[in-house]
Amino acid sequence: MIAEIGAFALSLALALSVVQVGLSAAARWRRSVVLAAAGEGAAIGAFLAVATAFAALMHAFVVSDFSVANVAANSHTEKPLLYRVAGTWGSHEGSMLLWCLALTGFGAAAAGLGRSLPRGLRALTVATQGLLGVVFLAYTVFASNPLTRLDRPPVEGRSLNPLLQDPALAVHPPFLYAGYVGLSVVFSLAVAALIEGRVDAAWARWVRPWALAAWSLLTVGITLGSFWAYYELGWGGWWFWDPVENASFMPWLMAAALLHSAMVTEKRGALPGWTVFLALAAFSFSMLGAFLVRSGVLTSVHAFAVDPTRGVLLLAILGVTSGLGFALFAWRAPRLAPGGAFAPISRESALVLNNVLLAAATATVLLGTLYPLIREALTGEPISVGPPYFNLTFGPLMGLLILVLPVGPLLAWKRGDGHAAARRLRSAALAAAAFALLGLAVASPARAAGLVGLGLGAWLIAGAAAETIERIRLFRVPARDSLRRLGGLPRGAWGMTLAHLGLGIFVLGAVFETGWKAEAAEALPVGGALDVGGYHVALESVRPVDGPNYDADQAVLSVTRNGQPICRAEPERRTYAPGGQTTSEIGLCYRGLSHLYLVLGERRETAGPPTWLVRAYWNPWASLIFAGPVVMALGGLVSLSDRRLRLGVGRRRERPA
Amino acid sequence: MRLQGLLAALAGVLCLAAASDPSERLSDPAQEARARAIFHDVRCLVCQNESIDDSEAELAHDLRQIVREQVHAGRSDAEIKRFLTARYGEFVLLTPRLSAGNIALWAGPFAVALAGLGLLLARLRSRASDAELTEAELQRLGRLSSEEAP
Repeated sequence: MIAEIGAFALSLALALSVVQVGLSAAARWRRSVVLAAAGEGAAIGAFLAVATAFAALMHAFVVSDFSVANVAANSHTEKPLLYRVAGTWGSHEGSMLLWCLALTGFGAAAAGLGRSLPRGLRALTVATQGLLGVVFLAYTVFASNPLTRLDRPPVEGRSLNPLLQDPALAVHPPFLYAGYVGLSVVFSLAVAALIEGRVDAAWARWVRPWALAAWSLLTVGITLGSFWAYYELGWGGWWFWDPVENASFMPWLMAAALLHSAMVTEKRGALPGWTVFLALAAFSFSMLGAFLVRSGVLTSVHAFAVDPTRGVLLLAILGVTSGLGFALFAWRAPRLAPGGAFAPISRESALVLNNVLLAAATATVLLGTLYPLIREALTGEPISVGPPYFNLTFGPLMGLLILVLPVGPLLAWKRGDGHAAARRLRSAALAAAAFALLGLAVASPARAAGLVGLGLGAWLIAGAAAETIERIRLFRVPARDSLRRLGGLPRGAWGMTLAHLGLGIFVLGAVFETGWKAEAAEALPVGGALDVGGYHVALESVRPVDGPNYDADQAVLSVTRNGQPICRAEPERRTYAPGGQTTSEIGLCYRGLSHLYLVLGERRETAGPPTWLVRAYWNPWASLIFAGPVVMALGGLVSLSDRRLRLGVGRRRERPA
Repeated sequence: MRLQGLLAALAGVLCLAAASDPSERLSDPAQEARARAIFHDVRCLVCQNESIDDSEAELAHDLRQIVREQVHAGRSDAEIKRFLTARYGEFVLLTPRLSAGNIALWAGPFAVALAGLGLLLARLRSRASDAELTEAELQRLGRLSSEEAP
């Protein structure tokens, strides 16, 4: 019964979205406040209906109602509650429902929170958001309905895959989807502004909070996914330039570019066309990601279920929605006012440079992901594009971006003082160079690329510090005044500093981990030992463990350094009964910011006692790789809480005192 | 289905860094390091998207053996890669070759960057010259102010 209510609610949501489009478009056409309010009501109604369907599916998973096809295929009574709940979005159908939930949720939020928008723009935004809702809900209802029943329900569900039963993996899709779909509001605002023919500072200000929220959520989602890959895959790596990773990375890069260009449009009214273009592109990349991940056109280590029909439908959705968006852009953008002029050395120039480099970086990821497909279609000869390509193209572009990054915030709008900025950054540059030289002295072996990377990371962190020092006039006014200024800094400024600082932290971690990781692998008998990164890892014992649905060998490894005990780790190698799949549960020893990453491999029978393959990685400063993006996302959220961006604040201020 | 598929793929992947298996290693550490560097650039052809350094597949094992033998025999990196491409096609290399067919791939990102810089410079230049109002703008201003006057 509950599943039927859910299925009905899902169809109702589709109907309400159609109504939302009609009413809101009519509201704009007839300039009717009543129709507009009705359209907003429909938007909120559609969200509530999808939420009902989502709750119904979740209920079916929680109570293991195997008469629902999706539950029977993707759940099992022995799954812990948390993973039954997470099972709701674990399958293709469920994840599309999550996508629709986020889409209508953002639509309802735009309808409810957009009261400060001009009426026409708001009605068109709600209408466009409704149109996206119609398209994706229709796809979900007709092509991948998660709530269809089975005629003969099985007694037990088909899936109990414990690999998925991991907290980071369970919670990362909601973040990722909220991020992907958050960009839909930006897309709708761009379409609405193009129809209205007006892209101005106020429009850019409305775009910013949505872009910030989506970007922050995407940052968290990608980081959680990366962290899961790091500790669950057992490769010791955290980013593989895999097509599925790239699919999530492209919207992130575009959203980052949009945040910066929207600032230029907001503060100076300049680059309106480019900002609108980015707003359209960011969500288009989200949809491209959804298509790539589900259609199976790309081979990926995350092999997703291949379903050509669904892939074609998603490709059609992508083509039609972004096609219409960009066609509208091509038609209306030439009429947009170009905005104010600026000098070569100015904040605007720095932000444009940021955008150029981020766009080129996105082009790298896009080409690297799709080029093998294009090449094979054209010539019939397949090629591979792997991590070395990205290191050679994405790397230098990012290096250049990082090099100019700290300069931007120190330049004034319109016409900046290059000499003053250089003077203020002198200590930061010295600090970065000193840090790189320190790296040269301490880290061995010396690696030129690694040292440049360390210098760049330190440059970002020192640059963020220099920028804050400049803002509070430290050392130039009495300390008490500086402290007062520090307290008075707007949250938007803190957000920027945090985001840039987070990038610096990430770069340091990534460079250190990549450049100076140590690796050792030996076939060890019990009592044997290997050395890695100055640590001595001894295999004390291996005992069989009888898991609920797997058998495992669990090793006890004791780690010492110069004879001093450091830690003990108990990595496992699990074999799951029916399929004979083997997985490893790694052991991690945290040493300050660094990780000792320990993996138990296969057992080998030899002439003497049996041996086990033990792999050990010394991952220096690996914690920073994950801490950096968290700081960046935090920066986004702090900036989002800036009073200036809080929706409705402007309206209150306009009231007579 | 998506996550189940993912898991199935991961199963093959989970016990990785196969190349560091001590039983396969070359005795000369310098040669072994060179072989490992080459492994990172060679695709495991039957796997989803992995280098032979990572994969435990049978084919990856064979490819590693071929590379190690050739390194041991003193062939250069380029010779070994030529040998592999002659045998398996360009698909086997994870770094696409700098060839005419791949020009868009290698030059694309930098072309985007250069085009962006060009547009920025063009804009800076044109805007610098039209800080003053143009003739058309002056006329429009005049029209607007005369419209508003009454």
